[in-house]
Amino acid sequence: MVCFASGVCFLFTPYVFGFEVVAFILLLTLSIIAMFFDILPVLLAALLSALIWDFFFLTPQFNFQVGTTEDKIMLSMYFIIVLVNAGLTYKIRKIEKEAREKEEKEQTLKLYNTLLNSLSHELRTPVSIIIAATDNLMTGSPQLSADDKVSLIHEISKASLRLNFEVENLLNMSRLESGFLKPKKDWCDIAELIYGVLRRSKEQLKAHVLIVHIEENLPLFKIDNGLMEQVLVNLINNAALYTVDGSLIEITAGSINNELVITIEDNGNGFPDDEASKVFDKFYRLKNSKAGGTGLGLSIVKGFVEAHAGKVKLKKSIFGGAKFIIEIPAESSSTIYAS
Amino acid sequence: MSNEEILVVDDEVQIRKLLGITLQSNGYKMSEAATAKEGLETAASSSPNMIILDLGLPDENGHSVLRKLREWYKNPIIILSIQTNEADIIAALDNGANDYMVKPFRTGELLARIRSVLRSSAREENIPVVKHGQLEFDFSSRTIKKNNEQLKLTATQYALLALLGKNEGKVLTHQYILREVWGNGYIDQSQYLRVFIAQLRKKIEDDANHPEYIITESGIGYRFVAKESAE
Repeated sequence: MVCFASGVCFLFTPYVFGFEVVAFILLLTLSIIAMFFDILPVLLAALLSALIWDFFFLTPQFNFQVGTTEDKIMLSMYFIIVLVNAGLTYKIRKIEKEAREKEEKEQTLKLYNTLLNSLSHELRTPVSIIIAATDNLMTGSPQLSADDKVSLIHEISKASLRLNFEVENLLNMSRLESGFLKPKKDWCDIAELIYGVLRRSKEQLKAHVLIVHIEENLPLFKIDNGLMEQVLVNLINNAALYTVDGSLIEITAGSINNELVITIEDNGNGFPDDEASKVFDKFYRLKNSKAGGTGLGLSIVKGFVEAHAGKVKLKKSIFGGAKFIIEIPAESSSTIYAS
Repeated sequence: MSNEEILVVDDEVQIRKLLGITLQSNGYKMSEAATAKEGLETAASSSPNMIILDLGLPDENGHSVLRKLREWYKNPIIILSIQTNEADIIAALDNGANDYMVKPFRTGELLARIRSVLRSSAREENIPVVKHGQLEFDFSSRTIKKNNEQLKLTATQYALLALLGKNEGKVLTHQYILREVWGNGYIDQSQYLRVFIAQLRKKIEDDANHPEYIITESGIGYRFVAKESAE
């Protein structure tokens, strides 16, 4: 950049302006450089520009010798101004960076507090249930009927499964946060994946009407089976948790423009328009949502889909509820091997 | 009930206690060890019928304990692991573990695994005809029947189903199956396996989308189970 500016100046010097103007143009160039580069390259550019100015513009030209005392003073002044300029810009940038880091830290702290609030509720509820129920069982109070005991045991079981689900989500979140999450891609039979998830979530889905539509002859796709399983588990459980019994959940899978497209929609109440853009944010929970859930589920969905370079969108379902669309660009087996 | 002895190697006292109650109430004898060192010593001195080994021990890496045990110990070993890290489980299966359980586990499932590995270690190798549910394997004539009707299988389909059938109850890793059925050059060709499993399910399952014989172990492999009606 210095060479370029000097070159341009050199062409015009004899006709338009003298060497003093060149010094100003070089100074301007250096100021711009200082705004974008680190201190070292700027100092190097400063030195280079001083030498160029001396060599090409100061009389005697094409020589590092400096003629008059005036020119000597000018050259050293030029050099000092450039250095001060570089130093100041560097300092300003450093302060800016510190301010940015501080702001980020505050943001993280705020997020952390939200996390603590929602987590302490979500984790403490099942833990309280387990402690209270086991206390009841251990005191062996004679008023406790056999039926009571069975229902206490059921509550313990339900609470521990809920706890397990939350812990699983937390662990997944920390996998995402660590930044080391790399999908382990392998060939996946999408029908096997979807029906496997439905089998695992059978308990949560028993009061819902399921429709599954998988495109005929859908090829295999190369994806991370475990991550996609978690994506579907979270979306399907969400649909089951936030719609009333008897609601419809439709799951489709197909291939559009070499992308794997999976949709999950329901005929529940859907998401309010003004909140739809925030649902994938970490710890975001709808204003009037019922208890259960830390607000991690959908952000894990987003994180895992994006780890596949894919996209997840929330639309309104034609059934009136929510429709999640997952699009994943993935290698597919266009040929079906039969022998 | 048989009085088989099971050694539990786990550093968590609560897990040992829970397994103790579960195993003893189901007719097994239990011995326990809290460290790898203790576990290796007890295994050598009492020669249990089976070992349940936790991979996360305080004094030694579980994989190295497993390798040491496998130098001489021939009975089944089931791995307990808290990591849902599939690579870890596959490594343990490759190192000679017969099966695995991921914590937290359901005790019913653990007992089923225990029964299954003990049964298969007692099983005689050279039985030509085996029945699993509605399926009948005849290894001598290389035919498989469902409801007494012979299935039309290609050579590869037969090899795959026979391999699964011979290892009833046992989880087989993708790589193991690919090596056994297709050969060493094919262990990365998992798409073959996916396609053939889908084809087999269409032939042997009542509903290929809800398989009851060939169960998917996500990220690990497949497990062939005999339907309960057969037992």
